[in-house]
Amino acid sequence: MKRERQLGIIYSAPMGLWLTIFFLIPISIIVIYSFLKKGLYGGVEWQFTLKAYQEMFNPAFLKVLWRTLWVSVVATAITLLLALPCGYAMARSRHQIFWLALIIVPFWTNSLIRIYAWIAILSSEGFINELLLSLGIIKESLSLIYNQQAVITVLVYINIPFAILPLFTTIDKFDFQLLEAARDLGATKRKAIFKVLLPSIRSGIITALIFTFIPIFGAYTTPLLVGGKDSYMIGNIIVDQVTKTRNWPLASAFSLIITLLSTLGVIWILVSGMQDKAKGVVK
Amino acid sequence: MLGGDGKRLKGFDVKVENVSRAFGDFKALDDVSIEIKRGEFFSLLGPSGCGKTTLLRIIAGFDNPDSGSVLLDGKNILHLPPEKRPVNTVFQSYALFPHLSTYENIAFPLRLKKIGEKELDAKVQEYLHLVQLEGHETKKPSMLSGGQRQRVAIARALINEPNVLLLDEPLSALDAKLRQNLLVELDHLHDQIGVTFIYVTHDQSEALSVSDRIAVMNHGKVLQIGEPFEIYENPATDFVARFIGETNLFPAVVRKCVPLHDYFLTTLYIEELESEILVTDYDNLPVGQHVSFTVRPEKMKITTDKPTHVSKDINLFRGIIEEPIYSGFQSKYYVLLDNGTIMKVIQQHANYMDEGPEIEWKEQVYVSWSAEDGYIVEVVDS
Repeated sequence: MKRERQLGIIYSAPMGLWLTIFFLIPISIIVIYSFLKKGLYGGVEWQFTLKAYQEMFNPAFLKVLWRTLWVSVVATAITLLLALPCGYAMARSRHQIFWLALIIVPFWTNSLIRIYAWIAILSSEGFINELLLSLGIIKESLSLIYNQQAVITVLVYINIPFAILPLFTTIDKFDFQLLEAARDLGATKRKAIFKVLLPSIRSGIITALIFTFIPIFGAYTTPLLVGGKDSYMIGNIIVDQVTKTRNWPLASAFSLIITLLSTLGVIWILVSGMQDKAKGVVK
Repeated sequence: MLGGDGKRLKGFDVKVENVSRAFGDFKALDDVSIEIKRGEFFSLLGPSGCGKTTLLRIIAGFDNPDSGSVLLDGKNILHLPPEKRPVNTVFQSYALFPHLSTYENIAFPLRLKKIGEKELDAKVQEYLHLVQLEGHETKKPSMLSGGQRQRVAIARALINEPNVLLLDEPLSALDAKLRQNLLVELDHLHDQIGVTFIYVTHDQSEALSVSDRIAVMNHGKVLQIGEPFEIYENPATDFVARFIGETNLFPAVVRKCVPLHDYFLTTLYIEELESEILVTDYDNLPVGQHVSFTVRPEKMKITTDKPTHVSKDINLFRGIIEEPIYSGFQSKYYVLLDNGTIMKVIQQHANYMDEGPEIEWKEQVYVSWSAEDGYIVEVVDS
């Protein structure tokens, strides 16, 4: 036993080393920088101050923070609502490999290029507008891009595979006879899905939620490329603070806020999940 | 177990009329008609793929027949969705909800009806008691034993007070000994609650021991419907004879048919035995008719000495023991007859050392049976 435990430390050492170098140290640097004074041309001066955190309460920043939260919640909700039936259909399909391939193939293309493809689709001379114009459905180009909706659309597109995959794997393991049992016992189709299927695949839903919410919350390229003035997100502020305004402590403080909010969100999802699960037992 | 002498619930009669169902080229059900009486313990018996589960799924509402109708208490139910039928199912794998406790699994149908908490609790307690699962309320299905899971499934299926309970091989996932106990419990339960049971099984001994009547099915057709003893003692076809219990079955030709009292003493020629045998039958069969002849192994006698005074209607053959199988209460012998055919003979060991175990491998023996103990099973069209 004891020998095994010692071996365990050895086996997990590479992982520990990896996380220390590429996760703990950078996070520590960010924490430290956020409490330092900003250097004149970027960088920091080694002097403790809470100024970065005070600057965060600038109404303009708070507005962006609020918007980021809102866009993330809406985009995550849409992603999950689309991914659920999709994962269900895949799990029940006889051609699972085919559908999986369709979902994975886009990953072979750089996400930046895929976003540019969306520009080609949505822009005023883009695919959709050209099509609608040529069909005579509209007379003037619609403004489909450089606004909030475009950001949400593309965020959903980019992140939906990360929701479909965990949902698919849990639904695939689901015993569909349980749905028949629910119907047999008096549940309508809808009730069978809500009372039996969804609780049974809860772990998949939680994974999908975490996998989509966190990257969307920290999104940077999508709002930059297809968003307008009203679609600036925290990710964009951080980049601006690093490259343009050269306020590294403020950038660090924002990064820290993203990390903290995401972590809190994940903890909240997991804890509430466990509580609900416990409720199912107690009687 | 429960208060009151009367049956708790009301059973409906079930009428299956000319039901057919095909999956592509495969005919799962081929013009099946069955009438099940109210409150009956009715078994659908047959090998896998015979259509018994398809029929059950049609009655439950998970599948629709291509033609025919299913009547419950005289009313066609085929247009109703499963949740609207007064029928509940105990699934083969039980299909318990893994995310719910025993209590919540049993309460599930009541929660859907939005019954008051007090009434719900009283009812769940009553059914927990009925299946003797008190003390297991908070356990999840994964923490229950196979037998307990099965009981949860039964309680959950009964709490809606259905008029017909469908049981899809509910014992097949359990070990042999538990199966016997639960079978007896199931029989008691049926007597108590008075609901019509439709029991699907491929195990003939299960079906024989608990059913009021049995329908034997094969290749989507019902071959015979009858009480257990009828099915066993008077099988309608070769298949039924072979499927129910063990038997010796031979094709034969009628040589002679002589009236004797209220039946006919028939002489059959059996090519495999290279000899004629005697059998009694109620039909006057024409000479030259092709039939199947069967005799159950336990109806036969096996002796090491040649029987001294053999009456006229006894069929007697000599052979050697090819394979003796001793199993405590009985021995089964595969006897290689002089003409090269193997017959199965079963000897009960009712008395201590009742000649059985003394018969050994390769020993010469005589097997015999009375004309009354053989049957003409199926008249073969020729």
